[in-house]
Amino acid sequence: MAVQVSIPTILRSYTDGAKLVEAQGSTLKELIADLDTRHPGIGDRLLEHGELRRFVNVYLNDEDVRFTGGLTTNLSDGDAVTVLPAVAGGAL
Amino acid sequence: MRYDSLLDSLGHTPLIGLPKLSPSADVRIWAKLEDRNPTGSVKDRPALAMIEAAEADGRLTPGATILEPTSGNTGISLAMAAKLKGYGLICVMPENTSEERRQLLRMWGAQIIPSPAAGGSNEAVRVAKGLAAEHPDWVMLYQYGNPANPGAHYAGTGPELLEDLPTITHFVAGLGTTGTLMGVGRYLREKVPGIQIVAAEPRYDDLIYGLRNLDEGFVPELYDAEVLTSRYSVGSADALRRTRQLLEAEGIFAGISTGCALHAALGLARRAVQAGETADIAFIVADGGWKYLSTGAYEGTLDQASDRLEGQLWA
Repeated sequence: MAVQVSIPTILRSYTDGAKLVEAQGSTLKELIADLDTRHPGIGDRLLEHGELRRFVNVYLNDEDVRFTGGLTTNLSDGDAVTVLPAVAGGAL
Repeated sequence: MRYDSLLDSLGHTPLIGLPKLSPSADVRIWAKLEDRNPTGSVKDRPALAMIEAAEADGRLTPGATILEPTSGNTGISLAMAAKLKGYGLICVMPENTSEERRQLLRMWGAQIIPSPAAGGSNEAVRVAKGLAAEHPDWVMLYQYGNPANPGAHYAGTGPELLEDLPTITHFVAGLGTTGTLMGVGRYLREKVPGIQIVAAEPRYDDLIYGLRNLDEGFVPELYDAEVLTSRYSVGSADALRRTRQLLEAEGIFAGISTGCALHAALGLARRAVQAGETADIAFIVADGGWKYLSTGAYEGTLDQASDRLEGQLWA
C-alpha cells in the first residue's frame, strides 16, 4: 500500500528536505505511524492527543480528510496525500 | 433596473447556466456572477454589511478610519464604500499581490501598508492585529471574524440562489474568510434537505505557506466545519485550466479563484453522472479576470501561465 505524501516546507527538516516521500498504511492513522518510523518526530508535528493538530490540514487526492473520516480514512495503493499548514489563504 | 445610488445596486446578481460545461440535461452547472456587483466582486456584499453593522452598533462614527487586512477585493469594496460614506481606509496587504489591486485601492483613496510576501495573508492578519492594538481609534472590521460577513450571504446570496434555482443540490464556493460558504451554507441547509455545501480551497506554492512554525497557522474565527459537506484543495494549474475553459466554452471572463470553484463543481458533476443522479450545482464567480491580466494567467501555454503564478496570491 504505497502512498505518496507531499510534505510542506515547514516539516521538511524531518524528511532531509524531501518534498515527496513514500509511506505505507491502509488508513491515514497507519500512514502517519509509518511516516514517523521513517522520519522520526514528524508524527508528533501532525498529531496532538491522537487527533490531527488544529493548524494541520491533510488532503487525500485533494479532498480534506476531516470530511472523509479523519484518521480512519481508508487509503489505497497509488493514493496521494498532501499535508499543508492552515493559513489565512490568499487575496481576500 | 433603477437604483438611488451605487450602494443600493448591490446583489441580485444573475445566475447563468453553463450549457457546454454541464455534462447532461440532468446534471447542470450554474454560475452566479458576483462580478456584477458595484466594484466587480462578491466582496461588496460583506464589505457593505460590515460597515453598516459597525455604524449601527456605534463603532464607526463620521470621519473614522477603517483598518483591514486585505490583499484585494475586500479592500477595494471597503475603499469604495468608505469613500462614499466619508471614512478613511488603511489596508494591510501582502506585497506579492497584483499591481491592479494597488492602483484600484489608491484610486478610491485607500492607504496601503505592505506586509511581507512570505506567509501571505497570514502575515497581513498578524500585522493588522498589531496595528489595531497600537491605534485603538482605528476600526478594524476584521472580515475573518465578523459575523456580518456570513450574514450578508445568509441574507442575500443564499435567498437569491434558492429563488433562481429551487432545485439546487450543490453549492460550491472558494474558501477564504469562509464567509460565503458559512452564510450561504447555513441558509441553504435550513431550506434544502440534503444540500451539499462544498468548499474549494486554493492551494498555493511553498512560499505562501512560509510559516516559521505550525503554531502560526490560522483558521478564520468564522469557520465552522459543520456547515460543509466536503472541502477540496485545488492547485493553481487546475484553477488556471478551468478559468480558461470557462472563457473558451461559455464566454465568461473570470478571475482565477473562479477556476478553483469550477474545478470542484465539475468534479461533483462527474460523480453525479457516474451515480446516475440528477444535480443542479451552483458555484460562485467571485470576480472578473481584469485584475489578473498582469499575472499573465490568460496568455501563452498553461505551463507558462502556471510558472508565472508561482509565489503570487491568485485568489
